[in-house]
Amino acid sequence: MEKAGSVPSKPGNPLWLLAEVTYKCPLHCVFCYNPIDYTRYGEELTTDDWLRVLRQGRELGATQLGFSGGEPLMRDDLEIMVTEARKLGYYSNLITSGIGLSEKRIAAFKEGGLDHIQLSFQDSTREMNDFLSSTKTFELKQKVAKLIKQYDYPMVLNCVLHRHNIDHVQQILEMAEAMNAEYVELANTQYYGWAYVNREQLLPTREQLKRAEEVTNKFRERVGNKMKIFFVVPDYYEERPKACMNGWGALFLTVTSDGLALPCHEARQLPGLTFPNVRDHDLGWIWYDSPGFNAYRGDSWMKEPCRSCPEKVKDFGGCRCQAYMLTGDATNTDPVCGLSPLHHLVTEVVDQAQLPVSPKAEVKPILFRDDKNSRALSKTPA
Amino acid sequence: MSETTPFTDDTVFELQRHFRFQWEPAQQGFVLLYPEGMVKLPGSSGEIMKRIDGKLTVRGIIEDLQTAFPGMDLKGDVMGFLEHVHGKGWIRPKQAG
Repeated sequence: MEKAGSVPSKPGNPLWLLAEVTYKCPLHCVFCYNPIDYTRYGEELTTDDWLRVLRQGRELGATQLGFSGGEPLMRDDLEIMVTEARKLGYYSNLITSGIGLSEKRIAAFKEGGLDHIQLSFQDSTREMNDFLSSTKTFELKQKVAKLIKQYDYPMVLNCVLHRHNIDHVQQILEMAEAMNAEYVELANTQYYGWAYVNREQLLPTREQLKRAEEVTNKFRERVGNKMKIFFVVPDYYEERPKACMNGWGALFLTVTSDGLALPCHEARQLPGLTFPNVRDHDLGWIWYDSPGFNAYRGDSWMKEPCRSCPEKVKDFGGCRCQAYMLTGDATNTDPVCGLSPLHHLVTEVVDQAQLPVSPKAEVKPILFRDDKNSRALSKTPA
Repeated sequence: MSETTPFTDDTVFELQRHFRFQWEPAQQGFVLLYPEGMVKLPGSSGEIMKRIDGKLTVRGIIEDLQTAFPGMDLKGDVMGFLEHVHGKGWIRPKQAG
């Protein structure tokens, strides 16, 4: 992996460990960022494997820990992991749809020292929530939200926005307020995994986005500090790429349910890189020495226009996975960037989205994330 | 989380709900942890934050720091820091009960 050019200085320690403890999920969300071929992946890590990963991550200096998935509550040993995480000094977060969060379990999490819970909603109305996740879960989520308050957790609500629910931002925020949410993330879908497959159906129009932001700003003015609202624009509408993961192998370390260590949760799709498994290597070697984690550190891998661009220190050329998915080469500039010679690959999709109903969306039905679809998609590379 | 309500020498501060302050061996420094984030508190900021325990008054914090670091006039710095972090919502006047 030695390359000419500037040699990156020794990377800092990871601060954020994302434990994707399972790919199992009772929901079938159309915008899920999990890999579409998740049904192909091997055995889940054991409890002992996870406890070892947590210890090693903490030794490296990680402070924030996310339990994610899939639906992390599908693991019945989550209580053990949570308790160990607190003992080790992590600030831990359960990222959940709430399905499976009984009072017994939340009491055990509190006792074990879980710091907060991020509850996802698909929409403010039962019909849309249930349609978008292909389940009947809305009322259950409302119950879970009550439990979260009852156990004195900060209420962090997350709602993924897209073409089919972005016009309901006002109602979503009102729902959040009624639940006494302290933090609300209105995160527009970013196009990875299942969301990429469903991109034509999910990308909102420019007008929709503008209205949603206006509504959000008005709401912010009214509620002030009591509710912090984050609004994330889909990066297809940006002219500069996101500083993905704050740089490759700079802060984030993801471990997948089958033990793969990744610099971001999408990276396993990148060709030509092999990522280490925590069953075979310790996190210290993985973080500092493995070829996969060093592949896009520094800037020696960059091509033009990134290489000579003064903004490369700010955005690191954007997202490697997006560059790969849209241009076929992970070392290209993220085509979201207006300076990319392939920027038209993004603007064409955006232009298409301005039409009342995207013609492609009509021919291609929306695809729910489930095992059957995953198996079908695993056979034919997207 | 009210905005910067004025505070006095007698105010007792505590950490905001769900915030955690701790020493990080890997970084050899104090940090403040909260949902989705972390702030490093190097040097004097860590020393001040360490004393925000829901018991000491602002005056008590200053006195304690004067004892630990004699010969320095710290009052202005401490007041400035408290104002800053109170404004950010990291600390709050101790709640009754």
